[in-house]
Amino acid sequence: MNNEEPPIFTYSQPGKIGVNLPAVGVEPAPIPEHLLRQDDLAGFPELTEPEVIRHFTRMSQRNYAIDTGFYPLGSCTMKYNPKLHEEAARLPGFAAAHPLQDEELSQGALQLMYELQNYLAEISGFAAVSLQPAAGAQGELTGILVFRAYHLDRGDTQRTEILVPDSAHGTNPATAAMAGLKVVELKSDARGNVDLDDLKAKLSPRTAGMMLTNPNTLGLFEEHIVEICRLVHEAGGLMYGDGANFNAILGIAKPGELGFDFMHYNLHKTFTTPHGGGGPGSGAVGCTAELAPFLPGPRVRQRDDGRYEFFTPEKSIGRMKAFHGNFGMLVRAWAYIRSMGATGLRAVSETAVLNANYVRVMLKDIYPQAIDRICMHEVVLRGQIAGAPKDVRTLDIAKRLIDYGFHPPTIYFPLIVPEALMIEPTETESKQTLDRFIATMRKIAGEAVETPEVLHAAPTKAPVRRLDEVRAARQPILRYDAAAIARLQSE
Amino acid sequence: MAYKTPADLRYAKTHEWVRQEGEEVVIGITDYAQHALGDVVYIELPAVGSTITAGESFGIVESVKASSDLYAPVSGEVVAVNTALESDQAPINSDPYGAGWMLRVRPSGESVELLDAEEYAAFVAEIEH
Repeated sequence: MNNEEPPIFTYSQPGKIGVNLPAVGVEPAPIPEHLLRQDDLAGFPELTEPEVIRHFTRMSQRNYAIDTGFYPLGSCTMKYNPKLHEEAARLPGFAAAHPLQDEELSQGALQLMYELQNYLAEISGFAAVSLQPAAGAQGELTGILVFRAYHLDRGDTQRTEILVPDSAHGTNPATAAMAGLKVVELKSDARGNVDLDDLKAKLSPRTAGMMLTNPNTLGLFEEHIVEICRLVHEAGGLMYGDGANFNAILGIAKPGELGFDFMHYNLHKTFTTPHGGGGPGSGAVGCTAELAPFLPGPRVRQRDDGRYEFFTPEKSIGRMKAFHGNFGMLVRAWAYIRSMGATGLRAVSETAVLNANYVRVMLKDIYPQAIDRICMHEVVLRGQIAGAPKDVRTLDIAKRLIDYGFHPPTIYFPLIVPEALMIEPTETESKQTLDRFIATMRKIAGEAVETPEVLHAAPTKAPVRRLDEVRAARQPILRYDAAAIARLQSE
Repeated sequence: MAYKTPADLRYAKTHEWVRQEGEEVVIGITDYAQHALGDVVYIELPAVGSTITAGESFGIVESVKASSDLYAPVSGEVVAVNTALESDQAPINSDPYGAGWMLRVRPSGESVELLDAEEYAAFVAEIEH
């Protein structure tokens, strides 16, 4: 199939323009010399308006999205984003609100933020919520900066280490390093839990806290979570919960009650605000009463007269973002929680877990499960098919899925699982879709044994063939360069 | 799968190798490590004159699949760095025990637990099973 869309530069012809400006009726005022750009603009494309529109429309039609197909990208919770939320976010009172508008003129928006703070606190068992952070990784940084501020406020200046399991998302160690703390890695045990002996050995008066995702990135519930929290607290550390996998436990377990002190919510995963090119994200954070004074502000509170106002907690670490977080996402998350209700949210997690286990049971005879346990909302399999040549790897399986019209699952993560395939179907998929995916995965396993060359060549039905990721990384061409493209095409 | 594990080297469980050369040691990553990583596309190594600490990260290696820390098998002072790898990482995959070497270090004594070739091959087989 050859429906590649060439770069916009190739449509360019000198003299073509998209807009005819009216004749100038005043003396031109020259732009001062020092404000003019000095670099060469040669090669800047010249096009008509329809050409520009067609180019970008064609590009958009080659996009793969949750609105076009199944998207089982593990740990990303690519669930369907109900269109009702879009309608809510576009209500003029929300969409046209100005962030610097007076509080008295923004009472509806403040009420929504206040209610969302309370809903998220209730769902997770925490005392306070801040809606500021722009996405999960910023929520993590917020949490670790709050931990640091909390320890320093108590005059405890020795706590410089953050414990992170080897199955963690890469953002966890990156966050700790960004906050100026030292990362100490924890091993996993044979059942995919944090190794308790390793944890005990690494806890010390230097422990500022621990970052943990539960369920973890193997899609497994930490069986010793209560004990882990107790051990970390006894050592004087705090527990950070990475909320990336919160979709598995809504209405079933509350992180605050399990012993976590702080967590971020990925509103763009669990609470259906769009992501994956459709963002922006939203990484609201919740914490215990003890840590609440350190949260970033402004937060929203209700006054005695029933009106709402912004306030900044007394020992706040400060702002994490301009204005009030990604407000449009807050509207969508609010709409989701209200339309699902408490029983609906519990059903979300129950169905997400059921769907993942259905995929697990239907595939694990050919794709070995990384750790043979009942999983939560996602399952980690290995792309090691019995009878297939050794050079058939998870990457080939993933690329072949594209030919069958599916977005591939997450591959080669978590890092502790060789040839990992991390599948998260989410609750929004029907059994029919899951059956089609399962049948395709089984078909690909057959191809891996009988016609492995088909897998190596995949994808053949996508707009572009397999990309040379190694060369792209080693010899990147970072801006349009017609000569370089011609050279590559001739090779 | 069989990976090369030359008999004259010693190995860390974090998949770095050490070769004694007189007073100094040469350090790189193993054949198993390069295979597990896939094609390496970026590397970050310490400067000559800096010190590395046994068991702690001394650099980063990045492939199209993942980014990983490099762990020092021994403590000591870095006396030479294979700077050629900064522009061309291919030798890490094609010749991990030769042209893919990373550091030359003057050891100060401490080291992590080091395995001989036979023990390391058994260790890898166990991970792979």
